[in-house]
Amino acid sequence: MPNALREFVLADDAAAPGDDVLQVGDPRFEIADGGRTRTLRRTWLDTFDWRLFRAGLTLELRSGAGVGELVLTGRDGDLLARVPAATAKRPAGQNGERIRWPCLVEALPLGPLREQLAPVAGVRALLPVARATSVLTERRAVNDDEKTIARLTIDRMAVTYPRAATAAPRLEVAALRGYQAQAGRLADALLGVPGITQAQHTSLESALAASGRKPGDYSSKVDVQLTGSMPAALALAIVLGRLFDTAEANVPGTVKDVDTEFLHDLRIAVRRTRSVLKTAGKVLPGTVVSQYRPEFKWLGDLTTPTRDLDVYLLGYSSMARKVLAATAAELRPFHDHLARQRAAAQRELARGLRSARFARLATGWRQSLAQLAAAPARRPEVSKLAASRIARAHQRVISDGSAITAASPPESLHELRKRCKELRYLLEIFASLHDPAEQWQAVNELKALQDCLGEFQDTEVQHAELRVFATQMMADRSAPAATLLAMGEIAATLAVRQRQARAEFAGRFAEFASPRGLARISALTRTAP
Amino acid sequence: MKIIATYNIKGGVGKTATAVNIAYLAARDGYRVLLWDLDPQGAASFLFRVKPRVKGGGKALIAGKRPVDDAIKATDFTNLDLLPADFTYRNLDLHLDSERKSTRRLRGLLTPLRHEYDVVVLDCPPSISLLSENVLHAADLLLVPLIPTTLSVRTLDQLTDFIAGFDGQRPKILAFFSMIDRRKRLHKEIAEQLPAQRDDVAATVIPALSAIERMSVQRTPVTASSPRSQAARCYRELWQDARQRAKLPDPPVQP
Repeated sequence: MPNALREFVLADDAAAPGDDVLQVGDPRFEIADGGRTRTLRRTWLDTFDWRLFRAGLTLELRSGAGVGELVLTGRDGDLLARVPAATAKRPAGQNGERIRWPCLVEALPLGPLREQLAPVAGVRALLPVARATSVLTERRAVNDDEKTIARLTIDRMAVTYPRAATAAPRLEVAALRGYQAQAGRLADALLGVPGITQAQHTSLESALAASGRKPGDYSSKVDVQLTGSMPAALALAIVLGRLFDTAEANVPGTVKDVDTEFLHDLRIAVRRTRSVLKTAGKVLPGTVVSQYRPEFKWLGDLTTPTRDLDVYLLGYSSMARKVLAATAAELRPFHDHLARQRAAAQRELARGLRSARFARLATGWRQSLAQLAAAPARRPEVSKLAASRIARAHQRVISDGSAITAASPPESLHELRKRCKELRYLLEIFASLHDPAEQWQAVNELKALQDCLGEFQDTEVQHAELRVFATQMMADRSAPAATLLAMGEIAATLAVRQRQARAEFAGRFAEFASPRGLARISALTRTAP
Repeated sequence: MKIIATYNIKGGVGKTATAVNIAYLAARDGYRVLLWDLDPQGAASFLFRVKPRVKGGGKALIAGKRPVDDAIKATDFTNLDLLPADFTYRNLDLHLDSERKSTRRLRGLLTPLRHEYDVVVLDCPPSISLLSENVLHAADLLLVPLIPTTLSVRTLDQLTDFIAGFDGQRPKILAFFSMIDRRKRLHKEIAEQLPAQRDDVAATVIPALSAIERMSVQRTPVTASSPRSQAARCYRELWQDARQRAKLPDPPVQP
């Protein structure tokens, strides 16, 4: 389909066979037959968290008689890149197979399509978000010379995924080059025809709407709307419910190992849940807390080995580039060892998520949250709970951080990192109670401190793990001497990074603990309405 | 981007019929094609139902005051665009003369379109002028329709000699007999003998056929309206010969 000048929606009865509705009644134009009717199978692709949609991009796989292409369009439907589907194969050296969705951007053919998608999709896989079959009927709008000035395409779309549905018929008007003005007048005239209205949504949005979904309907953010006077127990039930929605939404992708971020989002949802359970105090029934804290700890621990190896593998290319003496080939057995370890950890993780224990946790947790929401204690109000918990968590960060000196052991920084995470989760969970600008600033300042502590802790953990990996590789005789030497270089790089993070800590903490930072947290805890 | 021009000093020999059919066949094969109707009479524009009018006229185009791609119109056929004729093209010689490198101005105007089109077809007016010299310098291949007379052959020799004197790039020549009447002995003899003697004369001939004359009534190339006709067959053979001589790579877009 050419780029549409204007798009319309046809009322169901306006799109009857014959399409008489398109007789615009304007003497300047006539609608003539435009050729054969064709059928197009369409699959829209995006990441699970709608990164393409949020960036104003639409990626569509179109196939039909004589057509097979991946098409990337921008916000106004303008064509950005197009790859024939026949050549949409894995790059040379990767068996030359056809793409199987979901797939990572690096599996797409090199070229403008991949170049534009890579920075947007990042490490996330592209997967089908909607599928439909369009029956396209072509018409031509001709002027008084019987010259075609625009092509009209009536699109009758049957949605097959995520749910079978019929979308309202659409009409696209595409101007021929040099005839934009005339085609614009035709489009204006079409708006006057009963049963024709300007399309407010794209084909993808229409397909999703017909299936009861909308693009962008997943986010790992805790997007709940709380009010300050809400009972704290009810607010926490809402927050915990939302967190478990996120966790469950990411389970299938984690089990199928679609990309690393399903596990990441699942893990964050679990951590936030644990943080709420830990800080809720008497607001949540003691039986619920004591029953589910160990269960969510089990779930969190289940995710740790795979995530740690994911972090290693995601940073592998960057680490390998920094190695000076060793070659990529010498380092390769280390990569293969990581990949084997990860595959084993992933199998264990998938088994855990398919287990009866996880099923019991999910069912029981939902029931507990429903009971909590049905009869919440009226006191305290959530604004009071949020203010006190944030103030307390902030105070702990300040006191623990202030106690750290150049001589403090790494464990003290690790403990501070945990306190920072607790504060961060509290800020995010109660975000809807705060002034958005103040909230954004507070999270940003905390994030700067967390990044520094994260770098320190990650390099510490990776350094320790590197020793374990080396021991394992020597035990199973998969480590030539050259590989161990190369791993030694990585250990040195990690040590340098850790020292840098340690050196930066004092400055970052001083900024966070500055009077301005303190005033911001005080303001936040006062803004709850 | 390859530039193919239909050229002959004489009028009424089938230049426009050849240009529109060659352009259509190239587009049908999947090439992105621009046909420039350089003849102020605007016959090619008429055939594609495009008004023979360019904003600012030929002067603005030649002077570069109006980008060439602003004037381009899509035809009703996929991959085939037209740069229409304008009555002011009758003064193109004057406008070209006022430009620097006046014999190479046309090629310069087409250069910005090299990523947009694979083939440009120039339909030239019958003349020997600064415009025709520009066309000869711009083209990679000249399609020269010949009426089968002794004088036509002499004209071809003159054209060949003229091009041989060019510095740098010289277009290839592919002459072919047009408007052949097989009932005439002279037509038949010349059309059979000359291709055997000269490499720059195609074996394909375009007969005088009413289907070709009817193009101006139907306002569509005969290769599109009657693809199974003898006329369409002859133009397809000519196009295949031209495509090989112009060394066109395979089209980027599959038909």
